[in-house]
Amino acid sequence: MNLHEYQAREILRRYGIPVPPGEVASTPAEARAIAERFGGKVVVKAQVHAGGRGKAGGVKLAKTAAEAETHAKAILGMAIKGLTVQKVLIAPAAEIASESYVGIIVDRASQRPVLMVSPAGGIDIEEVAAKTPEKIHRRAVDPRYGLLSHQAMMLGFALYKDVKQARAAADIMQKLYAAVYGVGASLAEINPLVTTPDGAVQALDAKIAIDDNELERRPDIAALRDVSSEAPEEVAAREAGLTFIKLEGTVGCCVNGAGLAMATMDLVKYYGGDPANFLDIGGSSNPQKVVSALRIITSDPRVKVILFNIFGGITRGDDVANGIVQATREFTLKVPIIIRLTGTNEQLGVEILRKAGFPALTDMDEAVKQAVALLKGKAA
Amino acid sequence: MSVFIDNATRLVVQGITGRDGSFHAKQMMEYGTQVVAGVTPGKGGQRFENAVPVFNTVAEAVAATKANTAVIYVPAAVAASAIFEAADAGIGLVICITEGIPVLDMTRVLPFVRERGARLIGPNCPGLISPAKSKVGIIPGNICKPGNVGVVSRSGTLTYEIIHQLSTHGLGQSTCIGIGGDPLIGTNFIDCLAAFQADAETDAIVMIGEIGGIDEQQAAEFAKREVKKPIVGFIAGQTAPPGRRMGHAGAIISGSSGTAAEKMAAFEKAGISVMKRPADVVPLLQERM
Repeated sequence: MNLHEYQAREILRRYGIPVPPGEVASTPAEARAIAERFGGKVVVKAQVHAGGRGKAGGVKLAKTAAEAETHAKAILGMAIKGLTVQKVLIAPAAEIASESYVGIIVDRASQRPVLMVSPAGGIDIEEVAAKTPEKIHRRAVDPRYGLLSHQAMMLGFALYKDVKQARAAADIMQKLYAAVYGVGASLAEINPLVTTPDGAVQALDAKIAIDDNELERRPDIAALRDVSSEAPEEVAAREAGLTFIKLEGTVGCCVNGAGLAMATMDLVKYYGGDPANFLDIGGSSNPQKVVSALRIITSDPRVKVILFNIFGGITRGDDVANGIVQATREFTLKVPIIIRLTGTNEQLGVEILRKAGFPALTDMDEAVKQAVALLKGKAA
Repeated sequence: MSVFIDNATRLVVQGITGRDGSFHAKQMMEYGTQVVAGVTPGKGGQRFENAVPVFNTVAEAVAATKANTAVIYVPAAVAASAIFEAADAGIGLVICITEGIPVLDMTRVLPFVRERGARLIGPNCPGLISPAKSKVGIIPGNICKPGNVGVVSRSGTLTYEIIHQLSTHGLGQSTCIGIGGDPLIGTNFIDCLAAFQADAETDAIVMIGEIGGIDEQQAAEFAKREVKKPIVGFIAGQTAPPGRRMGHAGAIISGSSGTAAEKMAAFEKAGISVMKRPADVVPLLQERM
């Protein structure tokens, strides 16, 4: 789960990291009131889970409170990479002497949290890593001891020659490390970490992603979720206990297991179709989950054929079959459905489907081929 | 011989009285696995299915039954703690089926497990099976057949699909291992390739990877150097969009790294035959064996 910039800044403040002032507004009038309170020039920044906000026109400088209101009016409601901007951050325009980068990720190869810092801040760190890898300094941290002072100081000196600034940066890094474990972050970035003309070190912009597995034990962090920034189908799927990711194609896929779901999408592509979604109904096979899955898939008007691929392990074939039959009683399926069903309670499931007038296949390749053929038949 | 588990496996089931734990404990017992103990705090003294003694702690279970392997079915909120407990009790092999352990918890679990000399398989994995010998986890026994193909995978049901293809075409398996779909796992592809290379009963290896991370790429380099047996590989997620978690916490393309194309290229460079679809596994293996 990604947090908005204003939410990430609030967390950094809570952990004692110096963050310049800034407040969030949902209406142009609020934006104006905040700008008036700050006085002077302010920046109006779109709060949206998408990179490249600046390039998309979602970050604007305002000389007066009236101008802040005008910019807020333009930015609120604007779509950036398909996501509608609902909030803007209003912050006094800061004078900046230098920009660096500080980030913490959990590195899969070393299986440790890794601090990454770079004196080339303010731009996409992947770009820095690709073009000038020597400008990135890394340090894997032993989670039993945390980020030790001398380790943080080494990284601090990689950013600043001045010992006071290096010390300030090291302190920020240790606090950021504490924040990562404190809120359950899988990624925490300060970009840019700036120095002001009077030499202070501050976190100007921040990005925090929370590990979804942390949300159950952290209701305060889970409450920061902004459902308006997600596709409505994905919100509905999560509430139904399904994993769903919307794609651009026309073959609606319903599969048990993430790996098999990906392999099914790949096979659709292999036979010349395009998957409309990734959907994993998960390990248990409550028929209601299947009903929810079908409801979500059929809500996409682009879907021209539905493909079930079920290999029963924990998932039982009869549960899935009952779910399909129940769904057709609750609403009409307007598109054809191809079902592959094998594994646990296969016979029972096939029999339930046969009685309801749905043939079932046992071979994955055959099912995908038929689904794509139906699609092409329709298009012709 | 087989890999990691065999007839000498003495299993303790953590969470044996829970919904998933009890179901799978019965399945494992029916398959012939020696389930010697169960653990559920507060239920010590009971007997599971009138046969298996239940203990309050893993340490008690080990002392009383000489259990050497643990399998974990407890909920995600207490699963990291269950791994710590098993390793602390001197268990040498811990298999964690539970999905949903926070990755930061795993940064602390993994060094602890290693310091105690234990091996962890998973978390978020289906476990492993040596057909006709022993099964630890949830892989359906009826789709497997004893034989000489070693299978290692990051996935669950996709592994069943591949095993099913092998078995129905007469290609039995020595051991099938699900290493798990999380970003931080205890046993990786390299560990399994090394074990299969050393296993006299394994003549060929099937490796099922997916998008995210560099485990497959590192394994490919290792395979080129160290593995003399033929390997056939598959990567799921060729059509996955970047930046989205495809169900498994570890299945995510970050920026431009961890793509299926990158992993398939690494396989080919290392002489691993690459399947374009699951149904290619049998013809490719037959070609290589």
